[in-house]
Amino acid sequence: MIQEDLERIREEAKEQIEKAVSSDDINQIKVNILGKKGALTAILRGMKDVAKEDRPKVGQLVNETREKIEQALAKTQAEMEAKAQNARLSAETIDVTLPAKRMERGHLHPNQVALREIEEIFIGMGYEVVDGPEVEKDYYNFEALNIPADHPAKDEQDTFYINRDMLLRTQTSGVQIHEMEKGRIPIRMIAPGRVYRADEVDATHSPVFHQVEGLVVDKGITFADLKGTLAEFAKGVFGEETKVRFRPHHFPFTEPSAEMDISCFKCGGKGCSFCKNEGWIEILGCGMVHPHVLEMCHIDPEEYSGFAFGIGLERIALLKYEIDDMRLLYENDIRFLRQF
Amino acid sequence: MNTPLSWIRDYVPDLTCTDKEYYDRMTLSGTKVESWTRLDKNCEKIVVGRVEELTKHPDADHLFVTRLNIGRAYAEDGYTAETDGLDGQYENCIQICTSAQNLHVGDVVPVCLNGGKVAGGHDGLEPPENGFKIKAGKMRGLPSVGMMCGITELGSDEQFYPGSINDGIYIFPKEYGDSLELGSDAVEALGLHDTSFEYEITSNRVDCYSILGIAREATVTFGVPFKAPEVQLRLEGEKETKDFIDVEIEAKDLCTRYIACAITDVKLGPSPWWMQRRLSNYGIRPINNLVDITNFVMMEYGQPMHAYDYDTLHGGKIVVKRAKDGEKFTTLDGQERNLDSDVLMIADGDRYVGLAGIMGGEDSMITGGVKTVLLESATFNGTNIRKASKRIGMRTDASAIFEKGLDPYNAEAAMDRACQLFEELGCGKVAKSYVDVHDELPALRRIPFEPERINAFLGTSYTKEHMLEIFRAEELEYDEATNEIIIPSFRQDLRQMCDLAEECARFDGYDKVPSTLPRSSATIGRLTPMMEIENAARDICMDYGYSEAETFSFESPKVFDALKLPEDDPLRRTIRIRNPLGDDYSIMRTTPIPGMLQSLATNYNRKNENVKLYQLGKVYLAKELPLVDYPDEREQLVLGFYGNGDFFNLKGVVEDFLRFVGMKDKPVYTRSDKPFLHPGRQAAIAYDGKELGFLGEMHPDVLKNYGIGARAYVAQIDMPTILEFASFVHHFEGIAKFPAISRDLSMVVPKAVPAGEIEAVFDRRGGKILESYSLFDIYEGAQVKEGCKSMAYNLTFRNKERTLAADEVDKAMKKILNGLEGLGIELRA
Repeated sequence: MIQEDLERIREEAKEQIEKAVSSDDINQIKVNILGKKGALTAILRGMKDVAKEDRPKVGQLVNETREKIEQALAKTQAEMEAKAQNARLSAETIDVTLPAKRMERGHLHPNQVALREIEEIFIGMGYEVVDGPEVEKDYYNFEALNIPADHPAKDEQDTFYINRDMLLRTQTSGVQIHEMEKGRIPIRMIAPGRVYRADEVDATHSPVFHQVEGLVVDKGITFADLKGTLAEFAKGVFGEETKVRFRPHHFPFTEPSAEMDISCFKCGGKGCSFCKNEGWIEILGCGMVHPHVLEMCHIDPEEYSGFAFGIGLERIALLKYEIDDMRLLYENDIRFLRQF
Repeated sequence: MNTPLSWIRDYVPDLTCTDKEYYDRMTLSGTKVESWTRLDKNCEKIVVGRVEELTKHPDADHLFVTRLNIGRAYAEDGYTAETDGLDGQYENCIQICTSAQNLHVGDVVPVCLNGGKVAGGHDGLEPPENGFKIKAGKMRGLPSVGMMCGITELGSDEQFYPGSINDGIYIFPKEYGDSLELGSDAVEALGLHDTSFEYEITSNRVDCYSILGIAREATVTFGVPFKAPEVQLRLEGEKETKDFIDVEIEAKDLCTRYIACAITDVKLGPSPWWMQRRLSNYGIRPINNLVDITNFVMMEYGQPMHAYDYDTLHGGKIVVKRAKDGEKFTTLDGQERNLDSDVLMIADGDRYVGLAGIMGGEDSMITGGVKTVLLESATFNGTNIRKASKRIGMRTDASAIFEKGLDPYNAEAAMDRACQLFEELGCGKVAKSYVDVHDELPALRRIPFEPERINAFLGTSYTKEHMLEIFRAEELEYDEATNEIIIPSFRQDLRQMCDLAEECARFDGYDKVPSTLPRSSATIGRLTPMMEIENAARDICMDYGYSEAETFSFESPKVFDALKLPEDDPLRRTIRIRNPLGDDYSIMRTTPIPGMLQSLATNYNRKNENVKLYQLGKVYLAKELPLVDYPDEREQLVLGFYGNGDFFNLKGVVEDFLRFVGMKDKPVYTRSDKPFLHPGRQAAIAYDGKELGFLGEMHPDVLKNYGIGARAYVAQIDMPTILEFASFVHHFEGIAKFPAISRDLSMVVPKAVPAGEIEAVFDRRGGKILESYSLFDIYEGAQVKEGCKSMAYNLTFRNKERTLAADEVDKAMKKILNGLEGLGIELRA
């Protein structure tokens, strides 16, 4: 009798579950059959009428039935949920080729991009980066650099003067003197900064531009050290393949002096329009610190020696990023700046 | 310096190299070649021919038909009876038609053969890169199988070949032409198989402003012997120079040496072909033997000379002295020049006859009738010449050389050479002796020879012998007894060990010097703290979409008016450049705002949208004016933008930057009154009681002045002040373990009360447990009481040690509410 009832309840449940279309239906079935007032619960309530010895068997049967129904319900519910999720996901399909949403990041000035590369290389070699005054005394810009009062380099046509003793520095080399005067040796420093020359603005000239001065002073510093150091610099900035060439030159504050060329990074030195068929591109001036300059800074040239170099920052930036007009650097057109 | 290689070869006869090799090796040994030009570029198959017959073209009035004998070139260049235009009737002859009107039978001329090339035309136009091809053809029906050439067609210029004309054929001078073999290379005969090299001579190498100086460099560079000019004088004059003239140097500080030589029986005429060719290939026009000799010696020895017509000199006297202020003098170009007491003059017995080292005077110039010449070879103070020529406003070839500061020994060598050429060219008789006035000349410099020091300095391992070998080739003598190197007078640049080291390195080759890294004590590489915070600023600015600008440090004094600054504003106390490029670049900036506005304006004019820029740069503030000491160069961060965003976006960037550099306290904003900013939308920013800068919206008047048609915002931060507070030290504070209690506070606030005051109440009265607060609503309008605004804050309370009790928060809230009441604030119902 009870067995029959259970069989019927199971059949009904099966029928109802098959018909169910929503989780509400499923819940309703749960209430109808398994709930407090449900059919199965009613049977349990009828247990008191079952013979005592049959009770365990009947109880087991009831539990089995409940388990089966619960399993069926759970399975159906899982299937329904999966289906519903699939439907939602499918409805949520997007066009992945639509434009990206980006936050516009700002950009460094190309001078700064180049400077950071240069600084990184020299900081890695133990160089301190220092700053020096742009409005400079005549002594530091000229005299202490072995450029005496009568030297043609002092002509007004090149130098902006404030008055007889003060001027806008024409080179960062004066920072060498400031550093040496501090009396701390060894010195390994680079000094980036603005310099000023009385040149009209055009594609290759600007009255304001930047140099990066370098100075090393210690015992036993050699011309070979200068070569090796600057070769490392060139490789760091222009790539491992870069070759360097040193040409004798003259600067009043170094002796020997040199200009350094790098192998053209466009053609690898074969010669192209970029390097004017030379295969080489002039990059910087350098040399061994002149003994007289050391002496003026109270450094004994018999005991110490040093090398110095001056890099034109814009020159590096223009070359490296192939910028064909220097004026672009100071216009700050956002379409230009965004490219760096 | 622009020198023909042929002239260098006169003194370095064993020099065998291509132009490219010469260029490379000279450049790498320190005589930098800027460029070179082949003088025979595009001249091909051009031979010497002779006009044998000249007739008028039967069918054209302006054409001539010539029969030219081209000697052996006839067969060598493949002419036959079919192609010579003459049906083979005349041996070695070809027919050429020409429109030139200057030919005669017997003239010897350059002839470009069929299939050859000439460099240019005689139309004065820039010659084509690849020249003109010459092909046989017909002119008005008659065969013409080549072309006779004018001098410009050969790539030269008629001024270099006296007697030649622009629109005619070049005719070799009679005697020289007749000496040439017909059919031989006419370009060779014209001396144009040559290359002109342009050098960049450094200021220390005065000696290299001469052919001999460069030849010496070539000698050592290529390791071949140097052949100095052989100078021997016959001194055929009957008298000594002192019989003609008395020389006195009054201004001894400006004239080290003055040598004069009288040359009698002067015969003017053309200089010889060889001398004309040396000069012309240098780019100097041959004039006559006398002028050519002085020009030749000036280039060869680097010593300018001057020739006076002796008979025009008064009183048998030359005086070298300073002019007097306000005097005037007419130079030989007919110009009257203003003098002053720093101009060195050459005077005769009673007047000036020359601007020393610059130009001679009109009165004493050489004219056709000259009989006796007084030749001057002197050493003047270079700086004085440079300054004088600048003040007077004339720079001549001579002054350009003198201003380098010349070697007094060279003045004598050059005089000897000039006299020898006068004799050799039959230009005149040289007096038996010079008048040579000078104080004791400086002794030759001696530098101790220290091979070990040189090697230690360079990082090389040259042998002593190798060094001496280089020195000897350079004419530096070694005195074994004293172990010294004796420096010849022309090498004024060699003074000490490092100079000798350079000589070794450059002639052995800079490329052979090893490449090493310093082995000295280790040092720590780093940026300055200022550079660190500048980079922090860059990072933050870029995160917020600002790009880095750079502007000039100087600008126009008009910017202060554009910024509406009052007349007495301290920003107007500027450092002025004495010699600016123009008024627009004449003052050092005291504010970075104009540069920023200019950059924004540039972008606005170019229709760029949403432009955000920042700049790190200095302002230059004089401590006192006129400037006697270093000004305060203060690094400023300035931000500017137009487009999306407002005051508070910019405020966010500023605050994020401050937090990023470790300034964790709250900056204080107070309303400010910068005339260039919107009066209601600007604030001064202070931190810990110190002013850091300001931010605000630009005043519409200022925007108009800069032509910016959109609202724009700027902020300026004084970086040295940031540096005082900045710190990159971080302390971990632990992550909160106990729950927070959050309360919302809805208020009706009188309009005049700024948020900052409300927040100050929170800070003051919230106690330790008030962790944070944030404004989440602000509203003004209909639902709010007149003259008030509605503001809602969320306050978060937390105790770090334990769970917070609600009554603790109630207590804190009560305190806050009491404080707010004092500001006239009510809680919203």
